[in-house]
Amino acid sequence: MEKVLMKGNEAIAEAAIRAGCRHFYGYPITPQTEVSAYMAKNMPKVGGLFMQAESEIAAINMVYGSASAGVRAMTSSSSPGISLKAEGISYIAGADLPCVILNIVRGGPGLGGIQPAQSDYFQATKGLAHGDFKLVVLAPSSIQECVDLTMEAFDIADQYRMPVMIMGDGMLGQMMEPVTFGSYEGRKLPEKTWATNGTGLKRAHNVINSLYIDPDTLEKTVLDRDKMYQKIKETEVKYETENIEDADIIMVAYGTIGRIVKNAMKKAREEGIKVGLIRPVTLWPFPEKVINEAADKAKAFISVEMSTGQMVEDVKLAVNGKAKVDFYGRTGGVIPSPDEILAKIKEVAGGIE
Amino acid sequence: MSVVFKKPHALADVPLHYCPGCTHGIVHRLVAEVIDELGIEGKTIGVAPVGCSVFAYNYFNCDMVEAAHGRAPAVATGVKRANPDNIVFTYQGDGDLAAIGTAETVHAAGRSENITIIFINNAIYGMTGGQMAPTSLVDQVTQTTPYGRKPETQGYPIKVCEMLSALDGTTYAERVAVNNVKNIRNAKKAIKKAFENQINKKGFSIVEVLSTCPTNWGLAPTEALKWVEEKMMPVYPLGVYKDREDV
Repeated sequence: MEKVLMKGNEAIAEAAIRAGCRHFYGYPITPQTEVSAYMAKNMPKVGGLFMQAESEIAAINMVYGSASAGVRAMTSSSSPGISLKAEGISYIAGADLPCVILNIVRGGPGLGGIQPAQSDYFQATKGLAHGDFKLVVLAPSSIQECVDLTMEAFDIADQYRMPVMIMGDGMLGQMMEPVTFGSYEGRKLPEKTWATNGTGLKRAHNVINSLYIDPDTLEKTVLDRDKMYQKIKETEVKYETENIEDADIIMVAYGTIGRIVKNAMKKAREEGIKVGLIRPVTLWPFPEKVINEAADKAKAFISVEMSTGQMVEDVKLAVNGKAKVDFYGRTGGVIPSPDEILAKIKEVAGGIE
Repeated sequence: MSVVFKKPHALADVPLHYCPGCTHGIVHRLVAEVIDELGIEGKTIGVAPVGCSVFAYNYFNCDMVEAAHGRAPAVATGVKRANPDNIVFTYQGDGDLAAIGTAETVHAAGRSENITIIFINNAIYGMTGGQMAPTSLVDQVTQTTPYGRKPETQGYPIKVCEMLSALDGTTYAERVAVNNVKNIRNAKKAIKKAFENQINKKGFSIVEVLSTCPTNWGLAPTEALKWVEEKMMPVYPLGVYKDREDV
């Protein structure tokens, strides 16, 4: 298969088009604007729509409308913009609509900065907006993974009728790597008989809605959705492991940091410290089982993040007291270097000896 | 026996939840009659708002989407752009359209989105129990303006048809009322035209309907109808504000 050199943001946009997305609603924000620019240039070539909305709020509600109508729809933004979309994402989850949302995370809070960060982990996995709901959150760490996960994101969304978030950061968005398209084999998906695309006077009207005034009815819809979430926790977990079989210390890191820690791991092994890596690819559902099982043998875990420590809470829950859980992170757009991570590994190794 | 009067097919045969004397029921019926007459029910998608008419999704037999507060024009944009041959309308109140959803409204008009908006202006928030709306009149007493709406502190009513007609993208904007039979007949003509414009791909059309809220105005239904004429119409004159022939 032909390899092309592409920027992360553009590769995600191309993958979305190849996944059959023809409705993209965007709003300019650094560092993800290349997605919109790519869509603006290339959507018309395939008869698709790129629309620059008047706001992030409008963009996500346009996605809501197009998803209601039964087509594949997507929006992308960066951290402050995702906060604005929160309302719409809650409605999309509550109305059981499929869509794909890209967050190229930058440092926060507030306007924050424009450099890479992972400080939206809590937002994406714990409670992006009001109500009991979840997103499947995919965290690629290479441009090829950006392509493959974007294509799969649309299938996951359609299969479960739920929003799926792809979470990257500015480094992944701007970095160039060779990628191939077409390796992803699609899933078999149910027909969208629920879509509001006109009754044709041949069926009862479809209603897309998240309002249930009767508490028992609302509870039932939320519980039914929760059953689906439990099933997703069984079937959709993705992760990569490296060197965990003999590891005394296991690092847990995702996305961009999931790559950087590999250099630190190599250096540590050269110095005789047995270090392994678990790289969550799905942040929700979180790969808690593999972490819990690894904790039977490993003595310590280090969650390495570009935040002040968010995923580390999930690592602790997964380890469940079986081993020590430590944390190393930089935030605000500062990227930890392999040497800094190595120093942390040595510190933790000293503590467990 | 011949049937001389029946429910429009596009209107669901269910009891409406509206208060006695509220004119939402009249406007629902007019929209449904127009959908029937144009033969478009099978390809029409309605977008319901948040507010008193939130349950509109249960009242029309066409496909319906319930939007978040104020977002109906953006949701309608997404529905319409997905399937441009569908006929898409929103049904929104004054808080929804002219307060929390002002941006979505203005930009749908700016894009000349080929949709139809039915805008219910009753100068008050009904569902939440009678708070000041962007369209509340100067000196109007509401739950949140207990001493009357004062321009010094709460500003002036927003005149939606006047505001939107300044935009090139607005194809058609007309203000009507449903306080008497003559006005109801005229309202239907305007609503029909707003749907016909969409069928003919003419772009953004809005019909503002001066309506009653006897419950939150604290008036009997007949007094409320008078209030529309005596208090609202001087501030919100009826008429065609925009009708672009060149599109």
